[in-house]
Amino acid sequence: MPDTGIGASTRRKEDQRFLTGKGRYTDDLNRPGQTYAVFVRSPHAHAGLKNVDTSAAESAEGVVAVFTGKDMEDDGVGSLPCGWTVVDKEGNPHKGPPHFPLARYKVRYVGDHVAVVIAETLEQARDAAELVEVDYDEQPANVEPAKAMDAPQLHDDAPNNLCYDWELGDGGAVDEAISKAHHVAKLDLVNNRLIPNAIEPRAAIGEYDEGTDSYTIYSTSQNPHLLRLILCAFVLNLPEHKVRVIAPDVGGGFGSKIYAYAEETVCTWASKRINRPVKWTAERAESFLADAHGRDHVTHVELAMDEDGNFTALKVQTTANMGAYLSNFATCIPTYLYATLLAGQYKTPVIYANVKAVFTNTAPVDAYRGAGRPEATFLLERVVEVAAREMDMDPAELRRRNFIPPDAFPYDTPVALTYDTGNYEAALDEALKMIDYQNFSERKAESEKRGKLRGIGFSAYIEACGIAPSAVVGALGAGVGLWESAQVRFNATGSVSVFTGSHSHGQGHETTFAQLVSETLGVPYESINIVHGDTGSIPMGMGTYGSRSLAVGGSAIQKACDKVIDKGKKIAAHMLEASVDDIEFDKGAFRVAGTDKEKSIAEVAFAAYVPHDYPEGVEPGLDETAFYDPANFTYPAGVHICEVEIDPDTGEVEIADWVAVDDFGRVINPMIVEGQVHGGIAQGVGQALLEHGIYDPESGQLITGSYMDYTMPRADDLPSFKVGMTETLCTHNPLGVKGCGEAGAIAAPPAVINAITDALGVMHMDMPATREKIWRAAQQNRQPQAAE
Amino acid sequence: MHNFEYHRPSSLDEVAKLLSDSEEAKIVAGGMTLIPTMKQRLAAPSAVIDLGGISELKGVSEDGGNVVVGAMTTHGEVAGDSTVQSKIPALAEAAKHIGDAQVRNRGTIGGSIANNDPAADYPAVLVGLGASVKTNKREIAADDFFVDMFETALEDDEIVVSVSFPVPEKAGYAKFENPASRYAIVGVMVSQGPQGTRVAVTGAGPCAFRVKEMEQALDGNFSADALDGISVPADDLNSDIHASAEYRAHLVGVMAKRAVRAAS
Repeated sequence: MPDTGIGASTRRKEDQRFLTGKGRYTDDLNRPGQTYAVFVRSPHAHAGLKNVDTSAAESAEGVVAVFTGKDMEDDGVGSLPCGWTVVDKEGNPHKGPPHFPLARYKVRYVGDHVAVVIAETLEQARDAAELVEVDYDEQPANVEPAKAMDAPQLHDDAPNNLCYDWELGDGGAVDEAISKAHHVAKLDLVNNRLIPNAIEPRAAIGEYDEGTDSYTIYSTSQNPHLLRLILCAFVLNLPEHKVRVIAPDVGGGFGSKIYAYAEETVCTWASKRINRPVKWTAERAESFLADAHGRDHVTHVELAMDEDGNFTALKVQTTANMGAYLSNFATCIPTYLYATLLAGQYKTPVIYANVKAVFTNTAPVDAYRGAGRPEATFLLERVVEVAAREMDMDPAELRRRNFIPPDAFPYDTPVALTYDTGNYEAALDEALKMIDYQNFSERKAESEKRGKLRGIGFSAYIEACGIAPSAVVGALGAGVGLWESAQVRFNATGSVSVFTGSHSHGQGHETTFAQLVSETLGVPYESINIVHGDTGSIPMGMGTYGSRSLAVGGSAIQKACDKVIDKGKKIAAHMLEASVDDIEFDKGAFRVAGTDKEKSIAEVAFAAYVPHDYPEGVEPGLDETAFYDPANFTYPAGVHICEVEIDPDTGEVEIADWVAVDDFGRVINPMIVEGQVHGGIAQGVGQALLEHGIYDPESGQLITGSYMDYTMPRADDLPSFKVGMTETLCTHNPLGVKGCGEAGAIAAPPAVINAITDALGVMHMDMPATREKIWRAAQQNRQPQAAE
Repeated sequence: MHNFEYHRPSSLDEVAKLLSDSEEAKIVAGGMTLIPTMKQRLAAPSAVIDLGGISELKGVSEDGGNVVVGAMTTHGEVAGDSTVQSKIPALAEAAKHIGDAQVRNRGTIGGSIANNDPAADYPAVLVGLGASVKTNKREIAADDFFVDMFETALEDDEIVVSVSFPVPEKAGYAKFENPASRYAIVGVMVSQGPQGTRVAVTGAGPCAFRVKEMEQALDGNFSADALDGISVPADDLNSDIHASAEYRAHLVGVMAKRAVRAAS
């Protein structure tokens, strides 16, 4: 096993700077003449803006400027766009009411942006922000998706607060199958609202250069080019070549840093208005209020079966909370990243999904680790569990019976996707073995002796990753292409700089990509650096989300490496006085086939930059750029099994064991992949047991607005995970890779809830399964438990 | 945070003078509540008087049958102190689980009890161990010290100097943590010794309280079984997103038993 090539658990290049405090984050950066922005935010969930009086704030000490929505309107600043058009049942595009960076006339959630105060120091800006006098006309608010259609209307152009009423699949065939079914398992469930909580809060510096009439934006973005595109084309009406976006070290995103937000828009715009750099860094309380939240679905699901437990139809009706405005990709999450995944790992022949997306007086909701796929997996794996219990079948065997068999690939699901490859039974078998399923009843009995309730829960998940084929997403309403680019540049002395459009904010790209290049080009790992995050230095890129960096960005790097090798062959042929067709490349050397005549790739690179004796018609330099647009999504899948032990006297739950068997295709760095699995499970366990973004139903105030009330998972909430792997290679990308970033967060929630409900002997429990909920269920079940 | 004056006096007399000079001044001990409140601009004192420079307020000592803990002794110091560990291990154990490492290294016993957060551990610890609080003016029994939510018997210019704990024959503390903040949803201190038999509860109600029925039951039979069937009414207990009053009432019983089992 090589220690730095493909398959090696190479220690991360990033660790040196991150572990020694030498990372450079946006808030670490300070620009000459910099000012500080503080946002005045709405304390009300729904109110008219009768008057915003900024005069006292403007005359406060140190204040440079105070701006409101009116100022931006007068300057022709546009609305933050939604980049994905979802067409409803009637063929109409979704309702996309304007989302202005600073509110105009009305505020629609607690934390909505009313004004910005810019001052010489942060404290002065804070002091002055308290002097902005806003006359609010309070209106009734609604925060609950299930009540949205009967609630006071948020936007003039969205009657009943309906964004869209959308469907996928053959409803008639599903209803017929349900009517003929031997049994129909039914479930009503809620997918709880989550607040992302990356360790680094969002931050931005907008800087205008009068000399060149151009802007530089430093931002905590997962996708600097995409941010530039959105701000230039849709909001600020600027030419892209006049805007440079730099996303330096970024401390986690989980989706929440994909989007163009009000804050960086305002900092950029204001930097020209005052002709000075404007910096904003979120306080944690602002992150809670105004980062895009995740999930928040209410769903009814029905799963039909024949007498042998074969699934015959699935019907899903979901109401999805969009929040007060549409975040950039909000519309596609509960549709094309959700309903299209409802086949799961199963060969259910007909599936129908109906999704109503609604506006409420809450923070906008968008992609959060997994984005739609956790919601799909949760309902599917929950209803399968209910089906197993109602049919009195072993839950593992019911799943096995319905798996798409390994010889059925490529497999067309009834919900628009084509799975290229997979082997679901192999993962289940391995997971059952690792958890020692056959002896579960002994462990349960042993727990009972100690007064504890033990349960086991399965989750067989699939996700569509490597987002995405541009033509497919375009046909489905996406406003952008989802390719990726890479530039592989040999330096004259043989080291390599790789420029990638993928952005690393915790994923370890600088390591994984260097391993890939080292293996492909035969260049020492230490001689490769990965450059990302700056639109001024990298080719166009679409960024990091949807577990796409390796599958799409890595494939682009591979293609660029292939181009380098192709060109190198021409140069080497000249140097070796041989025909190009006779040159082979292996382990960093160009060799004349069948001889020991060779030139190292470093020698070839040198010749390319010092072309004194050089082949005719070949350009100098060894520097190639490639774009890669995938042919299909990738389909990572696997089986997670969770065992819990519950104290019925308090509802305390301990995760006693966790097995994760995942198929991510080819794995470049197993250590980094395991780390991604661990982190994903931690977030999934957080959703299942602890996390819940709660708004007060009367006032619309965010109750869980700090770590005093919003419960993040911690190390002592988690067991030591047992991680296993199976491997079927992705058939359509050059690396055979599938992506691993979201798997844990997708797989974990149903595994936990299935285990808890198994232990308690109840059919369902909504997330988060708090200790009190578990205690109450345990109390109700004490009688039958004792009678057993 | 608004601007304020900062003072770091070296004697209690100086503190008293600074307090009388400024109506809007606030005393800061570890700053675990005051500083975040100021950062959120919910408090804006004109001056902050830091007790960190007064050496007589720090440290643990023995005084006859009592362990005396200076007001400015941090939770971490209490948890790690060999006298506390050998004489009242339940006190060390309780201190060890307050907040997180950063809080334990900054937060102090005096600051905690003067704040009287209804979910803090120390109110139950003091009442449950029958401690007394020495101030710059007088000595106050823990039973009388904690008055109501965020309210104590302290006068405006009164400063906690130390807390004196009679060494019990046995004592135990059990806490059911708020999963987010790790404050007590319910914390129960039980003890038996010269101070009698005591059961004190924090987190469940607006202020730490004793459960007389449990104390009577444990008086003759200091065992978890003795608490069987004894419940506290849910009527006056706290209810929030983390636990209903009914659940808290139930947990008082469970934690009391755990505390008895842990007692040593």
